Amino acid sequence: MTTQADGGGSDFVNNLGKIYGIYAGGFAAFVILLAILEQVGVPDRVIGYLFVFFTLAVYAGVGILSRTVLVSEYYVAGRRVPALYNGMASAADWMSGASFVGLAGSLYILGYDGLAFVLGWTGGYVLVAVLVAPYLRKFGAYTVPDFLAARFGGHIARFLGIIVLFCCSFTYVTAQIYATGIIASRFLGVEFEIAVFVGLLCILLCSMLGGMRAVTWTQVAQYIVLIVAYLIPVVILSAQRYGVPVPQLMYGQALQEIAGLEKQFVAEGLASAETLKPYLQPFTTYNPLNFFGLILCLMIGTASLPHLLMRFFTTPSVRDTRKSVGWSLLFIVVLYFTAPAYAAFAKLEVYQTVIGTSIDALPSWIYTYGNLGLVQICGADATAIDAIKAACFSAGNPDGILGLSELSIDRDVIVIAMPEIAGLPYVIAGLVAAGGLAATLSTADGLLLAIANALSHDIYYKMVDPHASTARRLTIARLLLVLVAIGAAWLASTRPTDILSMVAWAFSLAAAGNFPALVLGVWWKRCTAAGAVAGIVAGFGITLFYVIMTQYGGMGEWFGIKNISAALFGLPAGVIVMVAVSLLTPEPSKEIQDLVDELRRPRGGTLINGGDARPKAA
Amino acid sequence: MANGNDVSWWSRTKGLMITCLAIWAIFSFVIHFFVGGLNEITFLGFPLGYYMAAQGSLIVCVILVFWFSGRQDSIDREFGVAEDDY
Repeated sequence: MTTQADGGGSDFVNNLGKIYGIYAGGFAAFVILLAILEQVGVPDRVIGYLFVFFTLAVYAGVGILSRTVLVSEYYVAGRRVPALYNGMASAADWMSGASFVGLAGSLYILGYDGLAFVLGWTGGYVLVAVLVAPYLRKFGAYTVPDFLAARFGGHIARFLGIIVLFCCSFTYVTAQIYATGIIASRFLGVEFEIAVFVGLLCILLCSMLGGMRAVTWTQVAQYIVLIVAYLIPVVILSAQRYGVPVPQLMYGQALQEIAGLEKQFVAEGLASAETLKPYLQPFTTYNPLNFFGLILCLMIGTASLPHLLMRFFTTPSVRDTRKSVGWSLLFIVVLYFTAPAYAAFAKLEVYQTVIGTSIDALPSWIYTYGNLGLVQICGADATAIDAIKAACFSAGNPDGILGLSELSIDRDVIVIAMPEIAGLPYVIAGLVAAGGLAATLSTADGLLLAIANALSHDIYYKMVDPHASTARRLTIARLLLVLVAIGAAWLASTRPTDILSMVAWAFSLAAAGNFPALVLGVWWKRCTAAGAVAGIVAGFGITLFYVIMTQYGGMGEWFGIKNISAALFGLPAGVIVMVAVSLLTPEPSKEIQDLVDELRRPRGGTLINGGDARPKAA
Repeated sequence: MANGNDVSWWSRTKGLMITCLAIWAIFSFVIHFFVGGLNEITFLGFPLGYYMAAQGSLIVCVILVFWFSGRQDSIDREFGVAEDDY
């Protein structure tokens, strides 16, 4: 049932508004205090440390306060997270390093084509609300494989669900730890590899002690930090430049100025008309097929990612689940509205202050990030003036004026470097670092929890030892959490590829592996266990094959589809196989059909209690 | 389980699902096929095609999810399959 034995937190749930209000006020006061400290001459490095350590300490504190020994609290936060707060937590869960650090940078580089990410990462919530989440909530699962096992009868479906979950979550969490490493190495001045493990430690502190309950309340805290940190630099820039602190409305003008400058660069010979990709022109990087294919894969991936779906298991009712999806999307859209503005302001700033200036007079941030290997000029890392002068001279630019094609900025830098690019005080840069960490940590928390839950609940408890005691299950869950985290951190420290590609793969894998089984499982009673198993294997297998073979195996692209949209092949294959095999096998038993009827109807409480009882008699 | 009430409730639910997915498909895909033409129009200082992808479709999706959640709840209540209020 939805009402759980009291975990000692009902006062807390009733006073959420007050508690987070005080928290937000305290955070604002902290930022102001640091701004004052900067004015009186406290060094930048100290400001950066204070920012990062204070916020991390708060998250860890929330995690420790929310520690729990109750199974339902550990797995689904006792199912009493109000819709609005679950929306905030889901937004933080959702917006990862890729959104916070990578999205604006991708828009900066790709222009219109980058909007595929903006569309793909928002529109999928319609599918979550309409097709999937309310039904999984009604069912009452602890994990997504739980649902697959009940609907498709047994261990094979559960095991496939775990494999899909593990592959996409592990790819995704590696990207988060990688992003944590980039931020921490820039702001704390430590080695990338060490930074990766420091970030990891914080993630573990938050999620290990209290499971879903701790992760929920830290994620709400992290949402507040990340959204404030994302908005403030652009709001200041918009106010400085156009006198109106609403960047989301004002960047239309910035776009027009960018288009004007592009024409001017071509006229002055700083860019060639052949290689210039006009910022506003569609389909310069992705052709329409790839553009719309990517949108589709990201949207369907949204409705299939276990760590996100799992968040919607925590609301008190099915009705709240639906509302909660709306709140999530609203909180997410606040950031996604702003990302294109971020990109446009950054682009304009770079066009006005870097392109067309003498190489002797480049701003100092070029070297700051050049030394991290993230900014290149004339093909060489911008480590020192002499180095890039020599590189530009040998590249055939003797006049020393920087042309458009000679500057190359890593896409992950744009957001982190923006405060410096715009010459804002260091306290803003520290704020952005804290926001970026909040974004990556909150997502990593959710992902690690999803993996550890699948391992402890689905594999250990359901398949290995069904008689394990509560204490033992939770101990196993925590132990596995640590092991998975260390594995992901090790992989991240080898710097496999860029953040955005890793994340896009995770979406494609989830879409092809989970979506057909989840949707047909709810909406089509005739879908059989054999059909689901065959469909998951076909869809997921083809997608995984395509990603691995095009990325590492030297295979050519099929129909020119990039591997970030790999589910474009796996998804239809999965659906066709699932439908065909279902029609060839006998229809599901009466019990399963009744189960489907029951899980469609909101009324009547969850179908399994504590993730392990039999379906209730109909 | 399947009585007349449930059958008509489910067909209304399916109808709502199809409506929502149609609106979703139009604003996620169809409208962006015409980005070139829409960009000829200026809206709030933006080329309209760009604006729709950067903000317009997002606004529609947020409204759509909240509208769906309200509609589905009233269908559930009408047929007596909604959860009790607490």
